[in-house]
Amino acid sequence: MSGTREISVQLPLLDRAMEDAALELEIVDEEIRDVRLRIFEPPRFFEKLVEGRRFDEVVDLVARICGVCPLAHQLAAVQAFEDLFRLDPGPWARTMRRVMHCGEWLQSHAMHLHLIAAPEFLGCVGPFELGERFPSELKRGLALQALGRDLVALFGGRAVHPVGLCVGGLHCVPAEDRVEAVAERLERAGAQVREVVLWCAGFGVPEHLRACTGVALSDVSEYAMASGHISSGSGMHIHIREFENRFKDYQVAHSTAFHARLDAGSYFVGPLARLNLNQHQLPDEVRNCVRDCGLKLPSHNLFQHTLARAVEMHFAIIEAARLLRGYRRPDVSRPPVSVRAGTAIGCIEAPRGLLWHRYEVDADGRIRSAKILPPTVQNLARIEDDIAEVLQAYGLDRSDDELRALGERVIKSYDPCVPCATHFLQLRVQRR
Amino acid sequence: MIARARFGLYRLSSCGGCQWALFDEAEAVMELSRLVDIVHWRSLGPSAAEVPVDIALVEGSVSGPKAARWLQSLRARSGQLVSLGACATAGGPQALRPQDAALSWKAERCASPEYAPEIEWADSVAHHVRVDVEIDGCPVNSARVLRVVRDLLSGVAPRREWNSVCIECKRRLAVCVTVARGLPCLGPLTRAGCGALCPRQGRGCYGCFGRAETLNQAAMQVCLRQAGVEDPRAHFDLFHAAASANPQAAEGWDARR
Repeated sequence: MSGTREISVQLPLLDRAMEDAALELEIVDEEIRDVRLRIFEPPRFFEKLVEGRRFDEVVDLVARICGVCPLAHQLAAVQAFEDLFRLDPGPWARTMRRVMHCGEWLQSHAMHLHLIAAPEFLGCVGPFELGERFPSELKRGLALQALGRDLVALFGGRAVHPVGLCVGGLHCVPAEDRVEAVAERLERAGAQVREVVLWCAGFGVPEHLRACTGVALSDVSEYAMASGHISSGSGMHIHIREFENRFKDYQVAHSTAFHARLDAGSYFVGPLARLNLNQHQLPDEVRNCVRDCGLKLPSHNLFQHTLARAVEMHFAIIEAARLLRGYRRPDVSRPPVSVRAGTAIGCIEAPRGLLWHRYEVDADGRIRSAKILPPTVQNLARIEDDIAEVLQAYGLDRSDDELRALGERVIKSYDPCVPCATHFLQLRVQRR
Repeated sequence: MIARARFGLYRLSSCGGCQWALFDEAEAVMELSRLVDIVHWRSLGPSAAEVPVDIALVEGSVSGPKAARWLQSLRARSGQLVSLGACATAGGPQALRPQDAALSWKAERCASPEYAPEIEWADSVAHHVRVDVEIDGCPVNSARVLRVVRDLLSGVAPRREWNSVCIECKRRLAVCVTVARGLPCLGPLTRAGCGALCPRQGRGCYGCFGRAETLNQAAMQVCLRQAGVEDPRAHFDLFHAAASANPQAAEGWDARR
């Protein structure tokens, strides 16, 4: 059987109302020659929108690239400008930003797990049916995502498009009693989140091993979230300024959404890449939990992304609780800023993986040009490669519905974020 | 038993943050499925975009003629149509781009601009169809959205906030950041609804809830310049680009740089 099969698929996260995404399979002599994942999403041109804007406006503007991981974009931007302006936010601001960062990982992972992954693995149509069949599990998950949101809001006012970050530090210094109230909830959540990890481990995922490269930040001093070098499972270890020497984003014929490659190959970013590289830096409780749930690291099974996400929820809670113990208000939450012209580069572990920002800044602190490479763009090429491998092994004589179900499961495993991926361009059909 | 109202949430061009913000009240969202029959809300599973609904929430700005045509068909099969958040209500940040920029931007960034879609502009839902209720905010305030839905279900006309953020600061006893610290703040020009979020975090408002009802741009311009803002109009436009494209809203500002 040769020819092109086109199967409509439902993308998990914030799919647009007007059209379905589509998976195009080109099959020649029972072999998949090409897989094209087409996403329909109008570009919003953020890299151009920030041009001419001052650096401080940009921190608020780039949040709007993504409603699911707005803080990650803000963290990347402040890190870039602080590096250029040679500004040290100091230990208090660095620590509290890491707490917020834990909050965003927690809420994003909890949402993916309970709205998308758990319904999929347990055979429910979305979270509403999950709520009918597994009410206490859903309630527990929503409580944990609320805790993540409250961590971001503690310093940022709100979880979606928080307003707390500024170049140099944080705008807001919360009072001790507000911090203590959240810290107490964190201490109590440890047991609950452990249950979530064990629950996820019981979903039973397909075994599909593949040899491919995972990429994440790695830092000698801690489990990397916003510091360190860009590292890979195959031994790469480069400064964030060298990113563009090794990673290229590019257009492909079937699509104008950019894909990215490391040297010449596809690679993946996200929780599993981070755990594979940095598992030895997890706190003891989390390492024990990894052992108890049976997750063997490093893992090359793409379907283990979901369990990796649950493990990072555990990490986020333990880490935020540790950082908030003995909280004291600082004398100054941000030093004054003196602007310099040059190239500003920031690199952050967003919930879905490595996020890279570069800005050319003039002497007034205005942006001349910008380049933003979000994690989903980096995963797209790998997602297509994985779909090809998994479907080939599954058997191409299956029905469209069967192929769709498995294809969607591969896609969902990566938790792709459509608004992020198409902050610049959409994929475009080449019909034949 | 009376049939439950049919409800849909539809995303156009946006970051998705407004529907995500609704999960600030996650239990209430789950509760919603008992109040209404959710026929379309793709990120939560239900996906029947062509089915007529009693209440339609539209998130995101309208980007390109195809989206405009789709929106007209949605209007025709919807009872009450609600624009959800800054993008749907006022175009959002993507409306900042100059009207003809999309084409040249595509050419500049893409090796193959011909693959790029047919997009020339981004503007508000009300620019294309009649809107029954407008909800402001980037993102929306989740409690306010749920109240609007409950109002519509009980046949009550939802009330839009008409005060400015300034009034919210007074209500909440927040110290004015302009008066006390000389910071630039768009509070006097911005619609209330956020709970004076930024001033209470110790910073000036940057206008993400859209323009208030009565503005005094000329006076604000002086005030913002004194606080160090070089280009007050551009600062104001960050979240008001589509709204301030009309001459009435532009009144009082000096010409753009």
